[in-house]
Order: sequence, then structure tokens, then C-alpha cells
Amino acid sequence: MAAAQPPPGQPGHTTPLRRHPDRGLIGGVCVGLAEHFRVDITLTRLVVAILVAVGGIGVAVYALAWALIPVAPESERHARPPGALRRALLVLVAVTGLTVGVRMSGLRFGEALVWPLVLGACGLALVWRPTVAAAEGSGPGRRLSLRGLSRRARRIDAPRLVIGALLVTFASAAVLHTVGVLHSLGKAIGAVALITAMLSLLCGPWVVRLGRSLASERAARIREQERAEMAAHLHDSVLQTLALIQKRAGDPREVAGLARRQERELRSWLLERPARAGQDSVAGALERAAAEVEELHRVPIEVVTVGDGPLNGRLEAVVQAAREAMTNAAKFASSERVDLYAEVEPDRVEVFVRDRGVGFDPQAIPADRRGVRDSIIARMERHHGRAAVHSSPGEGTEVELVMERGSAA
Amino acid sequence: MSAQPRVVIVDDHRLFRSGVRAELGGEVAVVGDAGGVEEAVAVIGEQRPDVVLVDVHMPDGGGVELIRRVSAAQPEVRFLALSVSDAAEDVIAVIRAGARGYVTKTISGRELAEGVRRVAGGDAVFSPRLAGFVLDAFAEDRSQAGHAGRPTAEDDRQLDQLTPREREVLRHIARGYMYKEVAQRLGISVKTVEAHVSAVLRKLQLSSRHELSRWAHQRRLVSLDGP
Repeated sequence: MAAAQPPPGQPGHTTPLRRHPDRGLIGGVCVGLAEHFRVDITLTRLVVAILVAVGGIGVAVYALAWALIPVAPESERHARPPGALRRALLVLVAVTGLTVGVRMSGLRFGEALVWPLVLGACGLALVWRPTVAAAEGSGPGRRLSLRGLSRRARRIDAPRLVIGALLVTFASAAVLHTVGVLHSLGKAIGAVALITAMLSLLCGPWVVRLGRSLASERAARIREQERAEMAAHLHDSVLQTLALIQKRAGDPREVAGLARRQERELRSWLLERPARAGQDSVAGALERAAAEVEELHRVPIEVVTVGDGPLNGRLEAVVQAAREAMTNAAKFASSERVDLYAEVEPDRVEVFVRDRGVGFDPQAIPADRRGVRDSIIARMERHHGRAAVHSSPGEGTEVELVMERGSAA
Repeated sequence: MSAQPRVVIVDDHRLFRSGVRAELGGEVAVVGDAGGVEEAVAVIGEQRPDVVLVDVHMPDGGGVELIRRVSAAQPEVRFLALSVSDAAEDVIAVIRAGARGYVTKTISGRELAEGVRRVAGGDAVFSPRLAGFVLDAFAEDRSQAGHAGRPTAEDDRQLDQLTPREREVLRHIARGYMYKEVAQRLGISVKTVEAHVSAVLRKLQLSSRHELSRWAHQRRLVSLDGP
């Protein structure tokens, strides 16, 4: 064991026994065994193949291992590589050929017991497998949900169970026949059937009730967990804000700002649009910029976006320019609110920032107000976009930003 | 219309009802309010208001249920949806149930009264946000090949897309322009703007375009990774 090469990255540690269907030929059992016991993968496969060919016990071992060894989590995420099925079939054909060859050469033993055993093992594998998979599925790593629960329960499909049970029954019968007690079985079966029927009549309702109460207990636990999550979130956000609002009750502007910020946060939480996801989309970046400007200057900004797309360098410039336009509107226009409208189309992105404030004469921008010229117009032109400022005194201002996709850099 | 429109406010929050009542005070005649669907049906049957301000989210089915039940008995009653919800599917659902517009609860009293008057006069009221939703819902599929199940009948096709003019009007509303300003900028009359918006409302309510019910689940993403 010491001489075997340790897997890279974690020397001295034992890899847990897991299947790797994405790397294996059939079910990834050999890969898992090889990694766990630190043996060469080809050697493992050869041993299994020989076990299959000579006597067939390998089939039983493989089937049981496939049913009982959980799939490695990192392997679960990968889709099966293309051609996996064909490869598995090839392996099966090769192993079958080997088996036939071995049998023809006369090397065989214990047939009468081994083949029923193989059948029984396959049957057991079929019966056990869904249960194991279901138990794994409810691991703590997954998000629990009531709907997922019932769907998973339904996945234990009947045909699989029936075929498995038939295989096991057939295997037992074969073994009994070999041992020679099959002929006396008739009476015994009658007795067993009678006792089973009695027992199920006696205990049936109790078992059903137990199953039901387990299920409802689990559902209650999930509900409780969801409620706790919600309570924690409300406590950190809404209750804190309400406390702040009570403290600042004298300052209506501050209170309105707090309420709006909370509203925005709660809304994005309810719609499950976390702020993190906005980092690489145009609409998300604009919404974030608007929120920041709103917070700094305490003027509500209504953001409406149509379409969305991933952010890139040129669009980043659009967002920056829009941010500058919003800042100007909030700072100088003394407008009740600012509207931002963005339309993301495949061939162009347009952003409009509009206020209903004092307005100004665009021809006479004061020299010290470099914001409009440098941060908006020049910035857009540097990135091969266009910016236009429409304004006149008393009429409010609208800044129009256009970035065509065709005007390549 | 010369007389003040008669309004019933339906919202399950009493505080909010009294707030809206106070804000609307002098501008329209608030003749009743209700905190739930059952109560609202009774009040509306009794008062026969011109306009019902209805909250999208209420217990027992919410605004959609109320609109469905009242419209069956009193088709002349008009609805304006009022909500804090931004979820597009909720807004579109209440419009498709028959509401003649949608405004957010943060709207000012003056703008709300204006909206009520407009709805009472038979027009549609689109907030910038609703205009944005509609533009998204009726987005042209310029990039993709046709969708499966696209209706072929000429009638359906007309319901399924906006005319360039309607699109232009909606874009101005989304940019924050009032109807009057839109009219000025496009060189048309306010009546024409109202007609365009009403046409859009009708398409929104009658279109079988399957994106309308489905699109909200995934925001329309366009590919921009070009040069």
C-alpha cells in the first residue's frame, strides 16, 4: 500500500469509496475500487473481467458494488461522455466472449450455485439501487423542498422493483432446487403465505401510519427550516431598517431613502435576483449603479430595462456614462425623480436618463461642469458610441446613450 | 367627463387603503373600500363605481379573481391595478384578466388621480415599468429563427406584434414621458397616443403569443458578445 502512488493533491489520505460513472467503462465501479485501494485501474478491470469469465461471480460482485457504492459528487455533475453506451456494450461483448471461451476450454466450477447467485445479486442490485439513490438525494447539501420530496419518492419505479424481486425469487428457487429441497417446499410456502398474510393484516395499518408520520415529520422539518431562513433574513434586513426609521423619524428624506433601499433589497430577494448575479449583465449593472446614485443623492431613480445581455468592456462604458448622467440629474436638476430606461437589443444598446428638473442650455455648459463633456460624451465617443444631451431651461434633461454593435472597436 | 369619477379601493391593508383615500381626497370621489375579494364584490355591486383600484396581491385569488367575478356581472366597471410587486407574470396576469392599467404603489397622489380619470374615460394607463414589461413580452425575435407553435392566421399575427408606432410610444412611456410629452415629441395628438396605448392593451389582453405567459420566467437575454 505504501508503494502505490498516492493520488495527486492529497498524499497519505484514503480516497472514499465512490463510483465515477463519468470516467468508468460501465458504471465507474472499477475506477472507484482502484482509487480507493490504490491499485492500477487496468489491473482492477482485468481481475473483475476474469472473475466474470471464470464462474461468473464477478457479475454478482459488480452488480452489488454498482448498487451500493454511492456516486462521487464531482462525477454526478458531469454528463456522461458521448459514446459511453457504445463503449459499455463493447465491454460487455468482450467479457461475454471471454466467458464463452473459458467455458469451452473446460475451465469451470460451481455452476449450479454461482449462476443463481449472480441472478440474485443482479435482482438485489435492482431493488436496492433506487433506495440508495433516494437516500443520497436528501443529503444536507441539497436544497430541500416539498415538491422535490414527493417527486423523489415517485422515482422508485415499480417495474424495476418487480423485475428485481422476480430475479431474486428465481435465484432462490434455483438454489433450493440444486440443494434438493424444492419438492418439499409446497407445504412450507403455504404456511409462510398464511403467516405473512396474518402478520400484514395485524401490522399493516401500523406500518402505513408510521410511514405517513415519518413523511409528515419530514415535511414539517423542511417547513420549519424554510421559516427559519425567512425569519433570519427579515431580521437582518427589514427589522433593522424599521429600527433605523424609528430613530430617524424626524428626517423625512432619510426615512424615504431607507425605505426605498429596503424595498429594493427585499424585492430582489423575493424575485430571487441576487445582487451577485447582476455583476455580469447590463441590466444588473445599471440597476446597481442606479441604487448607488440613489443612495448617495437621495433622489429616487426608476429603472426600467428591456432585454438583457452580458456585460463587456464597451457596455461597461455605457453603464459608467449612465451613472454619471444619473449623478448629474440627482445633483443639479432638483427633480423629484429620475427615470432610467435601457433597451438591450442584439445590434445596439440604448440608455436614456431623464429628469423633470430645472434643465439647462446644452450650448452653454459651464466650464467647471466637466461631468457632461468628459464623463459622458467623451467617454462614449472613446468607445465608439454616441451620447446626446437634450435639455432646455425649465424642461428637464434627457441624456441619450447609444452603443451600436456594428461600430466595432 | 365632467363629474368626478367614483372610485372603490380594494386592498387587504387597511393602512394603505386609508392612505390612498387621503391622497386621492379632493380629486376623485372615493365611494367605498374593501379588504378582500368577497367584500369587494358586495361593495362594487352596491356602489356601481366607475373605477376600482385593485391590489394585485390579496388573499383568495387577488386582483385577478376579483376582476373575473365583477366583469361577469358588471362589465362597465373599469379596473386599475396597483401593486408593489414587480414580478412581470403577476402584472401581465392582472392585465390579461381585464385591468386597464398598472401603476406602482409609490406613485404620487396627483399621478394616481390622473390615472383614475384616464381609466374612467376608457383609456389605458401604462407606468414606465409596465411599458418595459410589454416591450419585453412583444420583443421581436430578430436573432432567432421562428418559434415552434407560432400562429399562422393573419389575425393572430397582428395581435402578436406591435406596430413601429406603438413601439415608439411605449418606449417613450418607458423613458418616463407623460402622454402629453409623448404626443409633443412624436408630433401627434394626445388622443392618438391614448389610442396607441389602448391598442397595445388590447393586444396584451387578447394575444395568444405564448411568450406572454412564459417569458417572465426567464428574462429575455440577447447575445452581445460580438466585436
